Amino acid sequence: MQVTEYKPKIVAFCCNWCSYAGADLAGNNRLNYPDNIKIIRVPCSCRVNPMFILRAFQRGADGVILCGCHPGDCHYTSGNYYTRRRMALLFSMLSYLGIEKERTRVEWVSAAEGAKFAATMNEFSAQVAALGENKRLEDLRCKP
Amino acid sequence: MQTVTRDMLVSRAKALLADGTVDRVLGWKAGEFTYDVTPGVFTDADAMEKEFVYGDFCGANFSKYLLTEARKTEKKVLVFLKPCDTYSFNQLLTEHRFDREKVYAIGIPCDGMLDIHKIRTLSAEGVTGIDTDGESVTVHTLYDGDKTVARADALAERCVNCKSKKHVAYDELLGEDGEIIDSARFDEVAAIEKMTPDERFAFWQDALSRCIRCNACRDVCPACTCEKCVFDNPNSGVENKSPANSFEEQMFHIIRAFHVAGRCTDCGECSRVCPQHIPLHLLNRKFIKDIDEFYGEYQAGEKVGSRAPLVDFMTGDLEPSEAVKRGETNA
Ligand code: SF4
Ligand code: SF4
Repeated sequence: MQVTEYKPKIVAFCCNWCSYAGADLAGNNRLNYPDNIKIIRVPCSCRVNPMFILRAFQRGADGVILCGCHPGDCHYTSGNYYTRRRMALLFSMLSYLGIEKERTRVEWVSAAEGAKFAATMNEFSAQVAALGENKRLEDLRCKP
Repeated sequence: MQTVTRDMLVSRAKALLADGTVDRVLGWKAGEFTYDVTPGVFTDADAMEKEFVYGDFCGANFSKYLLTEARKTEKKVLVFLKPCDTYSFNQLLTEHRFDREKVYAIGIPCDGMLDIHKIRTLSAEGVTGIDTDGESVTVHTLYDGDKTVARADALAERCVNCKSKKHVAYDELLGEDGEIIDSARFDEVAAIEKMTPDERFAFWQDALSRCIRCNACRDVCPACTCEKCVFDNPNSGVENKSPANSFEEQMFHIIRAFHVAGRCTDCGECSRVCPQHIPLHLLNRKFIKDIDEFYGEYQAGEKVGSRAPLVDFMTGDLEPSEAVKRGETNA
């Protein structure tokens, strides 16, 4: 009998200009990051509506991470500043509702930070794996 | 008992109708019982004489009605606003939701409104009538005779934690203006923050699972004024239907509260209208409390034209990870 190691499902929203390029660089440099991280490219971290985060959890994600350009470096000047306020409030609310705060994260990753991208993903994946499956914000109808 | 009486309101409204300042009056009409008054629009003095009522159950916040009424009037609409309603009034003006020129606002002092649900819980079911006099409330019931309840115990939650007796907008004031109150409205939020995540989860599961998605909380909210709402979108999968599972409950409540975050004036209408008595104010106040702590104190509706915290930023704002930690431990 084969025991399969539990792998959490993780959705990573990455902005087109910095973090997605950062992920690309991680690949080019042959840095490893877990294959259970599913990247969704967005034009700007600010494109991510709170509903997207909830939807990701609904469709089976165990953790959601949002990556954007460093504050001050947004391709659209200020998008990530709005993201920062929104996600601070949203994540605080999720924690207020009793949903594990370790399942959500915002990280700023530039196009030059391939190594940071890989390290962040490894670390976040381990953190979510330690929590186990997402049971508090799940929709059973969307599970296999 | 309210310091302003029905007769004061009716005579002022009649005078404004007679001199042509206004052609519509937003007021209250009697329902079947003393406690189920309904908002109504009056266009002539006779109807007002017959149907206009005012008392301890006239808690409805009329500011949202101005969205539609201000479009119908040829002159102005007369609206009576309690202190808390004036914040919503300003917030709507900030968002350009109605034409200020089309409205004549009379500020009325408020002595706190009563909550029929609390009264029923404290006395009995089958309430047929209620008399209020000073500090006591006499409840006439069908099966249990007359009961007495202290007025302080029968006050609506939002009035117990009233944040302001001061009007922030009006054309004319009836009676005396009050002061902004240093209320204890965040105490309950702080108590929830102090719980463990498991306790918080259980608390909210219990509360949110009662939701029947009647949408009353959304419909009454003066901050929720989009003509097309996400919850009416047929592609959302949650259009006008009762929640199928706990995810849908959580999603509705998180998104509803998030959409008014930074714009919610804490008027308390959502909790007042909820037929399931879900403490919606505890969600809204969590956002208000976090905003105050993370970005500096902000009261929506205090000033017309102020910039809501979620459409604003500072370069040195708190990081989300820090915010979550603080939101949990600052209690
Ligand atoms: S008013 Fe209450 S029951 Fe109705 S949708 Fe809102 S929370 Fe749910
Ligand atoms: S969310 Fe509730 S308290 Fe806030 S403005 Fe809307 S009805 Fe009033």
